[in-house]
Amino acid sequence: MKSTRDAYGEALVELGKSNKNVVVLDADVSKATRTKKFAEQFPGRFFNCGCAEQNMMGVAAGLSLTGKIPFASTFAVFATCRALDQVRNTIAYPRLNVKIVATHGGITVGADGPSHQSLEDMAIMRAIPNMIVIVPADAIETKKAVKESVKYEGPIYIRLGRAEVPIVTNKDSPFAIGEANVIQEGDDITIIACGIMVAVSLEAAQLLEKEGIKAKVVNMHTIKPIDEDLIIKVARETKAIVVAEEHNIIGGLGSAVAEILCNKIPTPFEQVGMRDTFAESGKPEELLAKHGLTANTIVDVARKVLKSLKGCLIIEKKS
Amino acid sequence: MVNRAKIIKDLQKKARIIRRDIIQMLYEAGSGHCGGCLSSTDIVTALYFHHLCYKPDNPDWPERDRFILSKGHCVPLLYAVLAEGGYFPKGELKTLRKIGSHLQGHPDMRKTKGVEASTGSLGQGLSIACGIALGGKMDKKSYTVYALLGDGEIQEGQVWEAAMFANHYHLDNIVAIIDRNRLQVDGPTNKIMTIEPLVDKWKAFGWKVITIDGHDMSQILDALEKAKETKDRPTVVIANTIKGKGVSFMENQVNWHGKAPNKEEAEKALSELT
Repeated sequence: MKSTRDAYGEALVELGKSNKNVVVLDADVSKATRTKKFAEQFPGRFFNCGCAEQNMMGVAAGLSLTGKIPFASTFAVFATCRALDQVRNTIAYPRLNVKIVATHGGITVGADGPSHQSLEDMAIMRAIPNMIVIVPADAIETKKAVKESVKYEGPIYIRLGRAEVPIVTNKDSPFAIGEANVIQEGDDITIIACGIMVAVSLEAAQLLEKEGIKAKVVNMHTIKPIDEDLIIKVARETKAIVVAEEHNIIGGLGSAVAEILCNKIPTPFEQVGMRDTFAESGKPEELLAKHGLTANTIVDVARKVLKSLKGCLIIEKKS
Repeated sequence: MVNRAKIIKDLQKKARIIRRDIIQMLYEAGSGHCGGCLSSTDIVTALYFHHLCYKPDNPDWPERDRFILSKGHCVPLLYAVLAEGGYFPKGELKTLRKIGSHLQGHPDMRKTKGVEASTGSLGQGLSIACGIALGGKMDKKSYTVYALLGDGEIQEGQVWEAAMFANHYHLDNIVAIIDRNRLQVDGPTNKIMTIEPLVDKWKAFGWKVITIDGHDMSQILDALEKAKETKDRPTVVIANTIKGKGVSFMENQVNWHGKAPNKEEAEKALSELT
């Protein structure tokens, strides 16, 4: 168990050693985003912007214009909502080489409550032209994502979490922006997930197996550009698709997958995510349970969609 | 001093050419912002034709001074000086705001040579300038970053975030210029949202403040020189200007903020700018 923000802090220090152009900006939450580790090692390349996220995004844009590779970090809700206009107009529109790495994505922020939890960041960032959106599944993948982001010239949004999450990938797991990974094979149903819901989906797949349902699990770490080819492939290989995300069901991974399915290969489809509601203060695991972001919910939804499919087939046969 | 008198005279002549280009462009485009272009023409002319170091044939020259047009709606002025300065042919100015043109309604750094940043959403240019200035400091470059802001624009909170930042990081390689023409879209700034006491505000934020008549070429040149010499802190030049300066029927008229002249108005304006 390790939080993706902890991995980010470590990745930044490693990057700082190998790439002198990497600079880091934070908006007075460097202890929480873990950029403090970089600040301690490279004080000349770390700039605290204070409680001023909008200016931070503009400063990052300016730094990129001088050949620096700025990482701008704060909580997901502030990076994408508070500073949205700056991200859109100053960074994304001119395709500037700024990496926005936001921690505290989702509801596992926990006790701080809805003002600090982020349910809509993936939807918002995904809708902005030129923006790449990545949501790593665990600490190992976070390090890969942060390092890969430097190889890409342009704006990237990486969403990380506060809570500790299980490790589901290993150092040999492939990671390429825009190329999702099948991390468990199965031919009955596909569960597509990102972030913390990848581990939950693997747990769900185990539960389904006990019932004789073989679930394929896809780690869709890149929300944009979404891996269209893989979605079409798994839609062909299995009977239905369930998407699981720690995000509003409007606009996030589920929507991105549904767009491909509807346009290219209509497939029975269900979503597990926040049902268009704010959460509340509480422990991460309590919030996940209360809002149905659990393996049991995925199992229920998978059963339901497969059952409805059988119903459809029966009707077809009758007619 | 003779030399300086000639410099000033030449700049004044240049400013008239730029004003004519602006009127012609806006007439051709059929929309755009006359008032704010004309109020800041003298300052931007002095920057591009006397003060800034740049190479039109090498727009990415790392040592160049940077000019960020934070009040992006006045981009016809920027296009006019860039064309006059040799970044692209003057004939292209008439494509302003037209489909397929590299001259967008607001600055697009990816489309137009010489445009340093994409702006248009107000209040963002000074932050970008801070980033460029900071990068310049890190790399021990000697360039200066200039940002032109509208007086209505500084009602945006982000401007003050950037003002704090520039002071905190001792960015003495930044010069903000405020086009204090006292009018914004909906009316006079003092009626829409008071920005005074302007000098005290910037002083309180740690900036060196220079107040000038933004149409007096001699004062403009002096202010730019003084600003460049300032050490350890950023400088703001508050340029008192007249919106629509140079065209009698546009001067101090709020309705000319976001309006283009028709044929008759353009001809009348051009006849005043000879």
